[in-house]
Amino acid sequence: MSQPDSTIVRIPPPETPGPLARTAGRHEGWGFALACRAAAWSSCATLLVLLLVIAFQAWGWLDWQFLTSFDSRKPADAGILAGLWGSAWMLILIVLFSVPVGVGAAVYLEEYARDTWLTRFIQLNLSNLAGVPSIVYGILGLTLFVRMFGLFDPHGPLEQWTGARWTGITLWTQSDGTAVQIPLPFGRTVISGALTLTLLVLPVVIIASQEAVRAVPQLLRHASLALGATRWQTVSRQVLPCALPGILTGVILSLSRAIGETAPLVMIGAMTFVYFTPGGITRPTQLFTDPAGVVQAPFDTFTVMPIQIFNWVRQSKPDFQHVAAAGILVLLAVLLTMNGVAIYLRYRYQKHLQW
Amino acid sequence: MSTASSSTADPVPSPLARRFTLLAFQERCIETGLFLCAALSILTTLGILYVLVTEVVYDPFGAPPDPVVQREDGSIDWSRRHKVGPFFQEVSLREFFGSAQWTPQYSRKHFGVLPLLVGTFLVALIGAAVGLPVGLLTAVYLAEYASPRVRGWVKPILEILAGVPTVVYGYFGLAFLTPYVLKPVFQKWLGWHVDGFNALSAGIVVGIMIIPVISSLSEDALRAVPRSLREAGYALGATKYDVSVRIVIPAAFSGIVAAFLLALARAIGETMAVTIAGGQSSELTFNPLRATQSMTSFIVNISLGDTPTGSIEYKSLYAVALCLFVVTLVMNIISQLVMRRYREVYQ
Repeated sequence: MSQPDSTIVRIPPPETPGPLARTAGRHEGWGFALACRAAAWSSCATLLVLLLVIAFQAWGWLDWQFLTSFDSRKPADAGILAGLWGSAWMLILIVLFSVPVGVGAAVYLEEYARDTWLTRFIQLNLSNLAGVPSIVYGILGLTLFVRMFGLFDPHGPLEQWTGARWTGITLWTQSDGTAVQIPLPFGRTVISGALTLTLLVLPVVIIASQEAVRAVPQLLRHASLALGATRWQTVSRQVLPCALPGILTGVILSLSRAIGETAPLVMIGAMTFVYFTPGGITRPTQLFTDPAGVVQAPFDTFTVMPIQIFNWVRQSKPDFQHVAAAGILVLLAVLLTMNGVAIYLRYRYQKHLQW
Repeated sequence: MSTASSSTADPVPSPLARRFTLLAFQERCIETGLFLCAALSILTTLGILYVLVTEVVYDPFGAPPDPVVQREDGSIDWSRRHKVGPFFQEVSLREFFGSAQWTPQYSRKHFGVLPLLVGTFLVALIGAAVGLPVGLLTAVYLAEYASPRVRGWVKPILEILAGVPTVVYGYFGLAFLTPYVLKPVFQKWLGWHVDGFNALSAGIVVGIMIIPVISSLSEDALRAVPRSLREAGYALGATKYDVSVRIVIPAAFSGIVAAFLLALARAIGETMAVTIAGGQSSELTFNPLRATQSMTSFIVNISLGDTPTGSIEYKSLYAVALCLFVVTLVMNIISQLVMRRYREVYQ
């Protein structure tokens, strides 16, 4: 019954203590936990201080007049109307450009692409693009969209080849004689800005959409394919509806990044002192009553909220600091609303969709 | 036998056979369209490279530059040349990296990028000194200590902090940190002069800005450490501190390093906060209390002015952008290599 002694292995005590030989004293562990806790809450405190400072600076300056007037050289008369409409137009155009392309690319990479060197290269390239500083995109936009490589310059290459001067494509002429036209090159217009920011947010939109598509269980695809659906039918009717909340969250978060983005738009030369809105549209109802204005708006010069804020910060009159703070509050309100919607969507999604 | 012969003669092919139908054609078209969407990202990269290289290194289609005009003392009179060639055909690499003077806007132009590099790295290092410890400790707190309820509060707040536009951080640095924090501490107590624009305030706000990046990426790395490692530690009698600091952090080390590198790249590429809070001095200085200029803020300051296309100032903007692009790209690639290594360990 009793085991022979030889099978019992006696482990000799280590000659030098291992890394865990001395466990931390009570106070050491307590101090570290406190440091971690303090670090986490210090970020929250920073956000609070930031909001309080800005609210304090903006106190009394954020009013209806501020929201409904154009910029002015007098701080008391300055307003953010041009920036609000500029940002709204940017938002609309960026959604139109980035969502189809971004979701399309994500679907290709997740559902169609085989594991080839090209796919791996695209994937690697995406994560690199996401890390390229935004100002570099501004330089790309300046050359590609605003100047179009100087193709359309006076005495430029196109004029030398065709013998004619190209300034734009006229869509139609209105009854009062003004033409609705697409300028070539795009110049410092809403569409140049929107295309630049689309290139900037695309990698983020694609990566977020990929994660959402990947999270859809394989089961659904197999069921759909087994019922005889084609690949695209499976993607468009099963996978995308399931991935929609995840895609929306990613899209909204990257859009809120685009709306707060300043540097690339400074590069492409969004004007800083603007006394008009794109297409002359200043009321939401005009979107339905003024079709020419709606078509013209993307090809108008513009400013956006962050640019106006940057411009106010640079002014030497001290009162403009208060105007800038008021502008920041408006911008933050828009962004927090967008972020809130995204966080709420994800929260609902996590709660209700469990596979 | 009869069944076999009838099946070969059957005019209706098997439903699984490959056929060229409208539906199949449609599927091909959709797949091609989706591929083009994905390929756009490669075109973007090529576009960036093409734009930067043609303005800086070599332009195959460029118009011939205006002839060099020299002043009496032998220096080049740039103001009489409206069209110049690619940047590095006008300015030698040796001057670009060797000279300590950066004055493209003055009439006596010097193109030594060193002051901009020093400004960039000064701000980024201050940012890292603020952001790295706080971000890492936050990640440890969220991954190891915090209850789900606290996590539910802290994580959205960090996300909001990440979503605050950089122009707002710049304003915070210029209108609050410099006059109400840095000036009282450094100027009143210690007696050191603090400029209205300074690298320290810019660095601190950049540090605040990268905290969410570091904490969320490092938290992912910490969470990827298998539970068994932690439990083995506890079974050996380790305290929570031991498990966190001596087991989990070393195990997730490569992921944390990758997060640091990514955040540092973000700090180097950060533009508006540095432009607003850091000022635009092109003097070479290591003093964080003085005004500075980073590569990014130089690009913004040039583009705010009226710089004619094709002039040497305009080209210098592309040269600095290429420099910035290369630095951030290298850091991103290193970060990805490190990240890939760490993925291989636990999957």
